[in-house]
Amino acid sequence: MTLTIKYFGVIAEITQCHEEVLEFTKSSIDDLLSLLFDKYPKIKTKDFQVAMHNEIVSRDAVVSTHEIALLPPFAGG
Amino acid sequence: MTDKKPKNVFKEGPISSEFIGNSIYKHQTKTSIGAHNIFLGQVRADVIDNKTVAAIEYTAYEDMANQKFHEIREAAFEKFELTCMHIYHSLGMVKAGEICLFVFVSSPRRKVVFEALEYVVEAIKADVPVFGKEIFEDETHQWKVNS
Repeated sequence: MTLTIKYFGVIAEITQCHEEVLEFTKSSIDDLLSLLFDKYPKIKTKDFQVAMHNEIVSRDAVVSTHEIALLPPFAGG
Repeated sequence: MTDKKPKNVFKEGPISSEFIGNSIYKHQTKTSIGAHNIFLGQVRADVIDNKTVAAIEYTAYEDMANQKFHEIREAAFEKFELTCMHIYHSLGMVKAGEICLFVFVSSPRRKVVFEALEYVVEAIKADVPVFGKEIFEDETHQWKVNS
Protein backbone atom coordinates (compact mmCIF):
# COMPACT_ATOMS: atom_id res chain seq x y z
CA MET A 1 0.00 0.00 0.00
CA THR A 2 0.96 3.64 -0.33
CA LEU A 3 2.11 5.22 2.90
CA THR A 4 2.83 8.80 3.87
CA ILE A 5 5.64 8.92 6.40
CA LYS A 6 5.89 12.07 8.52
CA TYR A 7 9.14 13.20 10.10
CA PHE A 8 9.67 15.72 12.89
CA GLY A 9 12.46 17.47 14.74
CA VAL A 10 15.85 15.83 14.57
CA ILE A 11 14.44 13.01 12.42
CA ALA A 12 13.31 15.49 9.75
CA GLU A 13 16.79 16.99 9.82
CA ILE A 14 18.24 13.62 8.87
CA THR A 15 15.67 12.81 6.17
CA GLN A 16 15.78 16.42 4.94
CA CYS A 17 12.03 16.38 4.39
CA HIS A 18 8.92 16.55 6.60
CA GLU A 19 7.08 13.80 4.77
CA GLU A 20 7.40 11.36 1.95
CA VAL A 21 5.20 8.88 0.14
CA LEU A 22 6.39 5.33 -0.38
CA GLU A 23 5.11 1.94 -1.44
CA PHE A 24 5.03 -0.63 1.35
CA THR A 25 4.45 -4.31 0.68
CA LYS A 26 5.30 -5.84 4.03
CA SER A 27 3.41 -5.87 7.31
CA SER A 28 4.80 -4.47 10.56
CA ILE A 29 6.20 -1.17 11.80
CA ASP A 30 9.49 -3.05 12.21
CA ASP A 31 9.47 -3.94 8.50
CA LEU A 32 8.83 -0.31 7.65
CA LEU A 33 11.65 0.85 9.93
CA SER A 34 14.09 -1.57 8.24
CA LEU A 35 13.28 0.13 4.95
CA LEU A 36 13.77 3.56 6.46
CA PHE A 37 17.02 2.57 8.21
CA ASP A 38 18.40 1.42 4.85
CA LYS A 39 17.51 4.77 3.34
CA TYR A 40 18.54 6.91 6.32
CA PRO A 41 21.03 4.95 8.47
CA LYS A 42 21.42 7.84 10.92
CA ILE A 43 17.82 7.53 12.12
CA LYS A 44 18.79 4.28 13.78
CA THR A 45 20.97 6.09 16.30
CA LYS A 46 18.16 8.46 17.36
CA ASP A 47 15.55 8.05 20.04
CA PHE A 48 12.04 8.15 18.55
CA GLN A 49 8.55 6.64 18.81
CA VAL A 50 6.17 5.66 16.04
CA ALA A 51 2.57 6.89 15.83
CA MET A 52 -0.33 5.47 13.88
CA HIS A 53 -3.96 6.74 14.15
CA ASN A 54 -2.63 9.48 16.47
CA GLU A 55 -1.42 6.90 19.01
CA ILE A 56 2.05 5.65 19.89
CA VAL A 57 2.38 2.04 18.72
CA SER A 58 4.90 -0.71 19.38
CA ARG A 59 7.29 -1.82 16.69
CA ASP A 60 5.60 -5.17 16.18
CA ALA A 61 2.26 -3.47 15.39
CA VAL A 62 0.82 -4.15 11.93
CA VAL A 63 0.67 -1.12 9.64
CA SER A 64 -3.06 -0.39 9.36
CA THR A 65 -3.26 3.18 8.13
CA HIS A 66 -1.77 5.33 5.38
CA GLU A 67 -0.09 7.83 7.66
CA ILE A 68 2.79 6.90 9.95
CA ALA A 69 4.76 9.43 11.99
CA LEU A 70 8.25 9.18 13.48
CA LEU A 71 8.30 11.26 16.66
CA PRO A 72 11.49 12.24 18.47
CA PRO A 73 11.31 13.08 22.21
CA PHE A 74 8.58 15.58 23.11
CA ALA A 75 9.46 19.09 24.23
CA GLY A 76 6.09 20.78 24.75
CA GLY A 77 5.64 23.58 27.29
CA MET B 1 -18.96 21.70 29.74
CA THR B 2 -16.58 19.67 27.57
CA ASP B 3 -16.27 20.00 23.81
CA LYS B 4 -16.74 16.91 21.69
CA LYS B 5 -14.39 17.86 18.86
CA PRO B 6 -10.67 18.63 19.31
CA LYS B 7 -9.99 22.38 19.12
CA ASN B 8 -6.85 23.92 17.75
CA VAL B 9 -4.68 24.64 20.75
CA PHE B 10 -1.81 26.16 18.75
CA LYS B 11 -1.05 29.83 18.24
CA GLU B 12 1.66 31.16 15.98
CA GLY B 13 4.45 32.83 17.97
CA PRO B 14 4.53 33.80 21.66
CA ILE B 15 1.43 34.14 23.84
CA SER B 16 1.12 37.80 24.82
CA SER B 17 0.34 39.12 28.29
CA GLU B 18 -2.57 41.04 26.69
CA PHE B 19 -4.05 37.75 25.49
CA ILE B 20 -3.66 36.22 28.96
CA GLY B 21 -5.12 39.28 30.68
CA ASN B 22 -8.03 39.28 28.28
CA SER B 23 -8.72 35.59 29.01
CA ILE B 24 -8.97 36.40 32.71
CA TYR B 25 -11.25 39.35 31.98
CA LYS B 26 -13.62 37.16 29.92
CA HIS B 27 -14.24 34.95 32.97
CA GLN B 28 -15.66 37.77 35.07
CA THR B 29 -19.14 36.95 33.74
CA LYS B 30 -18.84 33.32 34.92
CA THR B 31 -19.76 33.96 38.51
CA SER B 32 -20.02 30.32 39.65
CA ILE B 33 -16.21 30.30 39.53
CA GLY B 34 -14.45 30.91 42.85
CA ALA B 35 -10.86 30.01 41.88
CA HIS B 36 -8.65 30.21 38.81
CA ASN B 37 -5.20 28.74 38.46
CA ILE B 38 -2.82 29.59 35.63
CA PHE B 39 0.37 27.99 34.37
CA LEU B 40 2.64 29.96 32.07
CA GLY B 41 5.54 28.19 30.41
CA GLN B 42 8.33 30.65 29.62
CA VAL B 43 11.32 30.03 27.36
CA ARG B 44 14.41 29.86 29.54
CA ALA B 45 17.80 31.20 28.39
CA ASP B 46 19.62 27.98 29.31
CA VAL B 47 23.39 28.04 29.04
CA ILE B 48 24.72 24.82 27.48
CA ASP B 49 28.46 24.47 26.76
CA ASN B 50 28.89 28.23 27.18
CA LYS B 51 26.18 28.97 24.62
CA THR B 52 22.96 30.73 25.58
CA VAL B 53 19.53 29.75 24.26
CA ALA B 54 18.06 32.79 22.46
CA ALA B 55 14.77 31.23 21.32
CA ILE B 56 12.90 27.97 20.82
CA GLU B 57 11.28 27.17 17.49
CA TYR B 58 8.28 24.91 18.13
CA THR B 59 6.83 22.42 15.67
CA ALA B 60 4.22 19.72 16.27
CA TYR B 61 2.48 16.75 14.78
CA GLU B 62 -0.59 18.94 14.90
CA ASP B 63 -3.34 16.36 14.30
CA MET B 64 -2.11 14.05 17.00
CA ALA B 65 -1.21 16.93 19.31
CA ASN B 66 -4.70 18.45 19.13
CA GLN B 67 -6.16 14.98 19.70
CA LYS B 68 -3.94 14.52 22.78
CA PHE B 69 -4.81 17.98 24.14
CA HIS B 70 -8.46 17.00 23.71
CA GLU B 71 -7.99 13.72 25.60
CA ILE B 72 -6.13 15.49 28.42
CA ARG B 73 -8.96 18.00 28.64
CA GLU B 74 -11.65 15.30 28.73
CA ALA B 75 -9.72 13.35 31.39
CA ALA B 76 -9.28 16.48 33.51
CA PHE B 77 -13.00 17.30 33.39
CA GLU B 78 -13.72 13.73 34.42
CA LYS B 79 -11.26 13.76 37.34
CA PHE B 80 -11.81 17.26 38.72
CA GLU B 81 -14.79 19.51 39.32
CA LEU B 82 -13.86 22.17 36.79
CA THR B 83 -16.02 24.93 35.41
CA CYS B 84 -13.76 25.53 32.44
CA MET B 85 -10.29 25.01 31.06
CA HIS B 86 -8.23 26.64 28.32
CA ILE B 87 -4.93 25.52 26.81
CA TYR B 88 -2.80 27.44 24.30
CA HIS B 89 0.61 26.39 22.99
CA SER B 90 2.92 28.30 20.68
CA LEU B 91 4.23 27.17 17.32
CA GLY B 92 7.14 28.84 15.55
CA MET B 93 9.66 31.14 17.19
CA VAL B 94 9.39 32.08 20.85
CA LYS B 95 12.26 34.12 22.28
CA ALA B 96 13.78 33.62 25.73
CA GLY B 97 11.53 35.33 28.26
CA GLU B 98 8.38 34.95 26.17
CA ILE B 99 5.45 32.66 26.97
CA CYS B 100 4.99 29.41 25.00
CA LEU B 101 2.31 27.60 27.06
CA PHE B 102 -0.78 28.99 28.77
CA VAL B 103 -3.01 26.67 30.80
CA PHE B 104 -5.99 28.15 32.60
CA VAL B 105 -8.29 26.10 34.87
CA SER B 106 -11.30 27.37 36.81
CA SER B 107 -13.51 25.83 39.46
CA PRO B 108 -15.96 26.89 42.17
CA ARG B 109 -13.35 25.96 44.82
CA ARG B 110 -9.61 26.47 45.18
CA LYS B 111 -8.27 23.00 46.11
CA VAL B 112 -9.38 21.51 42.83
CA VAL B 113 -7.53 23.99 40.64
CA PHE B 114 -4.12 23.30 42.20
CA GLU B 115 -4.40 19.58 41.53
CA ALA B 116 -6.03 19.95 38.13
CA LEU B 117 -3.42 22.36 36.83
CA GLU B 118 -0.53 20.12 37.78
CA TYR B 119 -2.25 17.13 36.23
CA VAL B 120 -2.86 18.96 32.94
CA VAL B 121 0.63 20.46 32.63
CA GLU B 122 2.38 17.15 33.39
CA ALA B 123 0.17 15.33 30.87
CA ILE B 124 0.97 17.93 28.20
CA LYS B 125 4.71 17.51 28.79
CA ALA B 126 4.50 13.71 28.62
CA ASP B 127 1.92 12.97 25.91
CA VAL B 128 1.75 15.77 23.33
CA PRO B 129 3.99 15.54 20.25
CA VAL B 130 5.51 19.01 20.28
CA PHE B 131 9.16 19.49 19.33
CA GLY B 132 11.47 22.32 20.33
CA LYS B 133 14.54 23.49 18.50
CA GLU B 134 16.67 25.47 20.94
CA ILE B 135 18.41 28.17 18.96
CA PHE B 136 21.55 29.63 20.49
CA GLU B 137 22.75 33.21 20.18
CA ASP B 138 25.37 32.08 17.63
CA GLU B 139 22.55 30.54 15.50
CA THR B 140 23.60 26.92 16.12
CA HIS B 141 20.90 24.72 17.63
CA GLN B 142 20.02 21.58 19.56
CA TRP B 143 16.75 19.69 20.06
CA LYS B 144 15.08 20.13 23.43
CA VAL B 145 13.94 17.09 25.42
CA ASN B 146 11.47 17.37 28.32
CA SER B 147 12.96 16.16 31.57
